[in-house]
Amino acid sequence: MTPNEQTVLVVGGGQAGGQAVTSLRSNGFDGRIILIGADSMLPYHRPPLSKAFLAGCLPVERLFLRPPAFYEKARVDVMLGVCVTGMDASQRRVTLGDGRELEFDRLVLATGGRPRPLSCAGADSPILHYLRTVADVEGIRAKLRPGARLVLIGGGYIGLEIAAVAAKLGLLVTVVEAEPTVLARVTCPDVAQFFEAEHRRAGVTIRCAATVTGIEQVGSAARVLTADGESFGADLVIAGIGLLPNVELASAAGVTCDNGIAVDEFCQTSEPGIYAAGDCTQHPSEVYGCRLRLESVHNAIEQAKTAAAAICGSAKPYRQVPWFWSDQYDLKLQTAGLNRGYDQVVIRGDPDNRSFAAFYLRDGRMLAVDAINRPVEFMAAKSLIAERAVIDVERLADDRIPAQALASR
Amino acid sequence: MTKITYVDHNGASRTVDGIDGESLMETAVSNLVPGIDGDCGGACACATCHVHVEADWLDKLPPIEPTEKSMLEFCEGADETSRLGCQIKIGPALDGIVVSTPVAQH
Repeated sequence: MTPNEQTVLVVGGGQAGGQAVTSLRSNGFDGRIILIGADSMLPYHRPPLSKAFLAGCLPVERLFLRPPAFYEKARVDVMLGVCVTGMDASQRRVTLGDGRELEFDRLVLATGGRPRPLSCAGADSPILHYLRTVADVEGIRAKLRPGARLVLIGGGYIGLEIAAVAAKLGLLVTVVEAEPTVLARVTCPDVAQFFEAEHRRAGVTIRCAATVTGIEQVGSAARVLTADGESFGADLVIAGIGLLPNVELASAAGVTCDNGIAVDEFCQTSEPGIYAAGDCTQHPSEVYGCRLRLESVHNAIEQAKTAAAAICGSAKPYRQVPWFWSDQYDLKLQTAGLNRGYDQVVIRGDPDNRSFAAFYLRDGRMLAVDAINRPVEFMAAKSLIAERAVIDVERLADDRIPAQALASR
Repeated sequence: MTKITYVDHNGASRTVDGIDGESLMETAVSNLVPGIDGDCGGACACATCHVHVEADWLDKLPPIEPTEKSMLEFCEGADETSRLGCQIKIGPALDGIVVSTPVAQH
């Protein structure tokens, strides 16, 4: 079969799925492309869902990665609101929710993830929401009334971004976090405490080292209970406690999974011809010498490009320094790299000026940076992390030296 | 309708109708104009919507903010005509604007 008679299925209509179809065509693939998404909407940008879209500042039409005309022009068959319920890797066939079967020559699993569910008492309460899809936000937005009490379970990026939006909308916001600080898995105490102070200044109550043990219905409202006996009244509860990768389709088909669908540096899974990209994958990191699962737009895009290139015979290994951003109030946090295993933090600039960078080093080399309103430090750090450069800590901390001079280019 | 013209690195020109309030980046993506990626969806976080603005139009644009300026410095071929497409909002004052896109955004 010649390439232009082949069929590529892309399972998942999120960032990675949307990028995969774009990249397949731009790599010159001329065969059939079918994009199958469980969501009823064309692929859309997810970051605004906890930011401008939640705040009501962005109409839904502006969320799409590409307009409908793109899929027609690119001759991509789009199946929305359709679940892929089974896959037979050796027969090269998937089964859809309505029983139909589709055959493929190549397949890209871009199934993403789903919010980790709360498991405490009252987790089935109708007052509890999660935030991952446009439909989730539409359900939440109706309840964002000034004066309403919002309890956020989880002080990660999702919880804090929602807190910022809700505080600005006049809700009474409480963030309940099990770890000793917010953003505990991803930032150092200095950065975490900076964000806690910012939120407190905006009127948000932050309660750390508090484990939620239950949600108790109280009329149409609720009380969120914690292990030390404290409780918080709530008109709305949103939990943001992590993401579970959607590996079930792959693992049931015998594809190797381990904290995600396992792929190599070409996004190839354990089954030849079946690739995976985005939040659902566990992949090798050349920079960190270990396997990772990343939840980021950048990873979804770059892995989708990698898978598409591999399918089209122009395989290039995925080699990226992870990066990420979070917008809270007027603060732009840009993070490059992963700080796991850091033994030194170098602060550049003054947190009191609300513009500073925290660089994470290990054995004198840069692992990661959290840059708050410091885009140059963020961009410079990306090269320093990739090069595994040995860092002159004094220069790094010296704010009089322009940040552009830090990166060797 | 505000007309926006995008010229690619081969000199091919495409004129589209811009919607007031949307950015030059969004307008390009919505109209399938190649040469602008906008990976981060307009959050000024990725610098993949780099455009060169024709000289006549530079001073008709809103002034460049420090974040945009900083991100631009890392774009290949960035010069004094460079802007990030996601930071320029369409409005009647930009009717007829011509921008050119680089060979690559990555």
